[in-house]
Amino acid sequence: MLRFILKKLLYLVPTMIGITLVAFGFIRLLPGDPVLLMAGERGVSPERYAQIAAQLGYDKPVWQQYLHYLGNLLQGDLGNSLVTKKPVLTEFLALFPATVELALVAIVIATVIGVPVGVIAAIKRGSWFDQFSMTAALVGFSMPIFWWGLLLIILFSGVLGWTPVSGRISLMYFFPQVTGFMLIDSLISGQKGAFASAVSHLILPSIVLATIPLAVIARQTRSAMLEVMGEDYVRTARAKGLSRRRVIGVHALRNALIPVITTIGLQVGVLMAGAILTETIFSWPGIGKWMIDSISRRDYPVVQSGLLLIAAIVMIVNLIVDLTYGLINPRIRHK
Amino acid sequence: MTDTTVKISDAAIRRRMLREFWFYFSQNRGAVIGLVVFILLVLTAIFASLIAPHDPTQQYRDALLVPPIWQDGGRAGFLLGTDAVGRDMLSRLIYGAQYSLFIGIVVVAIALTGGIIIGLVAGFFGGWVDTVIMRVMDVVLAFPSLLLALVLVAILGPGLTNAMIAIAIVYQPHFARLTRAAVMSEKAREYVTAAKVAGASNLRLMFKTILPNCLAPLIVQATLSFSSAVLDSAALGFLGMGAQPPASEWGTMLAEAREFILRAWWVVTFPGLAILVSVLAINLMGDGLRDALDPKLKRS
Amino acid sequence: MSFFSTRMLAASAFALMAAAPLHAKTFVYCSEGSPEGFDAAPYTSGTTFDASGHAVYNRLVQFKPGTTEIEPALAESWDVSEDGLEYTFHLRQGVKFHSNDKFTPSRDFNADDVIFTFERQASADHPWHEYIPGITYEYYSSMEMDKLIKSIEKVDDHTVKFTLSQPEAPFLANVAMPFVSIVSKEYADTLETAGTREDLNNAPIGTGPFRFVAYQKDAVIRYQKNADYWGEAPKVDDLVFAITPDASVRLQKLKAGECHLMPYPAPADLDEIRADPNLKLDEQPGLNVGYLAYNTTVAPFDNPQVRKALNMALDKPALIEAVYQGNAEVAKNPIPPTMWSYNDAIEDDKYDPEAAKAMLEEAGVKDLTMEVWAMPVQRPYMPNARRTAEMIQSDFAKIGVKVEIVSYEWGEYLKKSMEEGRKGAVILGWTGDNGDPDNFLSVLLSCASANPGGANRAFWCNEAFSDLLAKAKASSDHDERVKLYEEAQVIFKQEAPWATLAHSTQYVPMAKNVTGFVQSPLGDYAFDTVDLTE
Repeated sequence: MLRFILKKLLYLVPTMIGITLVAFGFIRLLPGDPVLLMAGERGVSPERYAQIAAQLGYDKPVWQQYLHYLGNLLQGDLGNSLVTKKPVLTEFLALFPATVELALVAIVIATVIGVPVGVIAAIKRGSWFDQFSMTAALVGFSMPIFWWGLLLIILFSGVLGWTPVSGRISLMYFFPQVTGFMLIDSLISGQKGAFASAVSHLILPSIVLATIPLAVIARQTRSAMLEVMGEDYVRTARAKGLSRRRVIGVHALRNALIPVITTIGLQVGVLMAGAILTETIFSWPGIGKWMIDSISRRDYPVVQSGLLLIAAIVMIVNLIVDLTYGLINPRIRHK
Repeated sequence: MTDTTVKISDAAIRRRMLREFWFYFSQNRGAVIGLVVFILLVLTAIFASLIAPHDPTQQYRDALLVPPIWQDGGRAGFLLGTDAVGRDMLSRLIYGAQYSLFIGIVVVAIALTGGIIIGLVAGFFGGWVDTVIMRVMDVVLAFPSLLLALVLVAILGPGLTNAMIAIAIVYQPHFARLTRAAVMSEKAREYVTAAKVAGASNLRLMFKTILPNCLAPLIVQATLSFSSAVLDSAALGFLGMGAQPPASEWGTMLAEAREFILRAWWVVTFPGLAILVSVLAINLMGDGLRDALDPKLKRS
Repeated sequence: MSFFSTRMLAASAFALMAAAPLHAKTFVYCSEGSPEGFDAAPYTSGTTFDASGHAVYNRLVQFKPGTTEIEPALAESWDVSEDGLEYTFHLRQGVKFHSNDKFTPSRDFNADDVIFTFERQASADHPWHEYIPGITYEYYSSMEMDKLIKSIEKVDDHTVKFTLSQPEAPFLANVAMPFVSIVSKEYADTLETAGTREDLNNAPIGTGPFRFVAYQKDAVIRYQKNADYWGEAPKVDDLVFAITPDASVRLQKLKAGECHLMPYPAPADLDEIRADPNLKLDEQPGLNVGYLAYNTTVAPFDNPQVRKALNMALDKPALIEAVYQGNAEVAKNPIPPTMWSYNDAIEDDKYDPEAAKAMLEEAGVKDLTMEVWAMPVQRPYMPNARRTAEMIQSDFAKIGVKVEIVSYEWGEYLKKSMEEGRKGAVILGWTGDNGDPDNFLSVLLSCASANPGGANRAFWCNEAFSDLLAKAKASSDHDERVKLYEEAQVIFKQEAPWATLAHSTQYVPMAKNVTGFVQSPLGDYAFDTVDLTE
């Protein structure tokens, strides 16, 4: 098992290097000069320009800049934002919990609803439930979520006035950020109503973000279940006279879940992309919105290291999924 | 006697295959509905200038944010109302179909061509060529697609063409991987070896012999990519990085409509609905295609 | 399926929505963006200055609320020497710095703090010059404070003397600006010892009306009233900045009572705000100008008659209606009417395409084709440059001038528009930093700024004009300065290096129960005077 893990990790190294190259290369290709943007309408004298460029290291040859960047990276230094001058990592860590909280709640919603729906649809294949839920899943899968979010805002914040328009918690509540997760922190704070407020702020964005994963998981679960139920051992178990519930619950479900777990894991990339849109619509202070803002502000170091961090996270999650898959299904390891 | 079976022409085989394909496809009710909607969409796009009641960029200064006809204040001239600068919603939506279809076709064409070539090369030559190519594909796939497309558009400059290029680049690894996998498995087959022995050139082998045998998964992936391209380009438009105003691309329309969400529901609702319906139709078709092209695969 | 889950969850949310009442008097400001940091010196955005400079800090002198006049702040009074080279500030005594959980000041504000504030920006050798890697002091250098201030001397604990390298009347206005907000040297020393120097930027300690409490990135900033404030204490107990970048969301929050005041409403929303019985709208002409700058070094635009003729072809009222939705006034001078020395006697060029056409012919210009540059970004002074360019295009077409509209990415635009021999006329604008006319006229139109690194995009160098500016700058007699600047505006109008387009209006929507908010002509948002009535 250890060898398996090591091999997988080693496999990541060239990809990681490729990612740093891509992130770095992209940023060099971005049009627009950050020094000029900083100066704005006023303009900047050639001497001052040279001075700032030198300070930021932009006067060196590109390959030197890359090596410098790589060297810093290995020491855990991801550079400083041009706008706030603060370390990119600090900013990332300040915003990351908000995105994780949103993504986790979304994936939980997607799984808790998606798996049972898929199972039931498979068992009752061809029933109205199957047809309805699979149609709904396809609609969800085809949903432009940025529009979906706007619709929900119109309905629940505008017409009904049930949910707040944006933000993570009502401004009335103020407590220290222990974990960065508003749901947990609001509970720790012990302030009355804080948790409820956090929940009401989280509902719409997490539903929007959960929509596509939910659809994918439901469809995947259904087809995995159908496949497993068609296999010999399940039929054998049925033939042996085991109860239908036992066969489905123990044999079929357990085997069907393996590809489903992979599917859930693979939704991480989808969630990151979705977070960009969801966070923009709901003014959610997470890394998706941070990336968008930084791209438009030409904040080179943030875009560069942000890309890197996000890609690394997606890869690590995929690795974990891979490993889990290997654990559940030992045959994979020896392939 | 035996001659008769041998002499079935290529055309006849193709006709039979098509009939078989249609048989499976038409069994799927959703797929047929999808197809019908899709054809309607194509017709709308082609005949936009005939159908649309107004010029999509014409601003009626006396008719700002007029609600749809069935609502109080609606006007007969504007079936689905007007937007903030007095443009007819219906006409803009109709012209928007052109954008979406165009985007889908271009993106799939670029991604498919690029992906097939890369995948064929990687799969056919193997060795370090394959390793390098596949590592590069891994790198592209490690980034969330929308994020990568966003950065690419930022580099290329916002606009419809660049958005399409960016999305195509992001989608291309999927095709490359599929092609490569198919090539790998086909390469070992007898007919390939036979062709090789017969002295077929590499190029001929790749395109004439192997490729036609791995088309089915590519077609399915192409439909999926078509619908994703419509979605992603709308998302880019929504984030201000896709087609630029006053283009009536649906995502761009939504972006412009955002500030009116609580005041004029129609400017927000209709463009999104248009996106949803088109994407849904294509996805329905995609499901049907998969069933028809590979009956072994169960519908999921 | 998604539909079902929505209904279910939303229903339970409804049940959960139970709001706790507010304690104390809390004022919520829906701000338009996140501050870059809380040290006002290295940054340049107004958003940062509102969150740090105006809330937490004070300067030696300050702008009287609602004006661009200077009044005493941390300096109770000051003397200027005959030759205008020495400024001696007499500091206010008994002013307390804020405290936080890691720092409690042991002494009152004194001369050391003033010197620390200036020297860390002035000298590259100062240990606090680059206390955050890559930090630069943009305002300090772009206002040329480094060249201007020869030395700063501590006369005694409560007296500081600045010696300038040349007489410069706008100096006082400069030291009222947020970038020279007085920071505590004692706090810096404490941070140095603790090894947490970056806290100067994260957990600011100042003397201002509000004490910084906490900041959650991109979400919320919290302040508390400074009970020991040396001036009139704030009327509200807590101040909250709810960071809301989207203008329509800000308005939604304002309407829902989630905040009390917001900046920068979308022009399209103004009518709705005016109609809302729970809101009120404060408006004031902004301290800005939008203009079209010809390149006065390139033929035929080197001929004032040609420029004049083009200016006469512009239908400015139509432009203001279409581009600013009427929320601006026609500009006839390069400085806005709220600025002292604005020459109201000047008459704008009359809109007269026929006469303009004749003038062009007289100047021997035929079949003129020109570029008009449209900036790619929105600014308060220019909400839609593209549309402006299109309108200029159609106006010029009426006098037989063909216009080609070009645009570049913003950084490129700024650079290319300052390149020598540039073709075409550039749409751009300016928002004042300190309310001094010199901050408009010298920066944008003097001979000195017509060089690389300057901002004179007309490349217009008129000796008489520049001499007037130099004289005005050196004079400390206010009335004399007014006269000189009025004269300068006459020359500007005759020579017409720009087509002055518009001064846009600033709007501040707020809840009905907000009192005491004074709009600043500089576009600052300060809350020491606001109150909430029941």
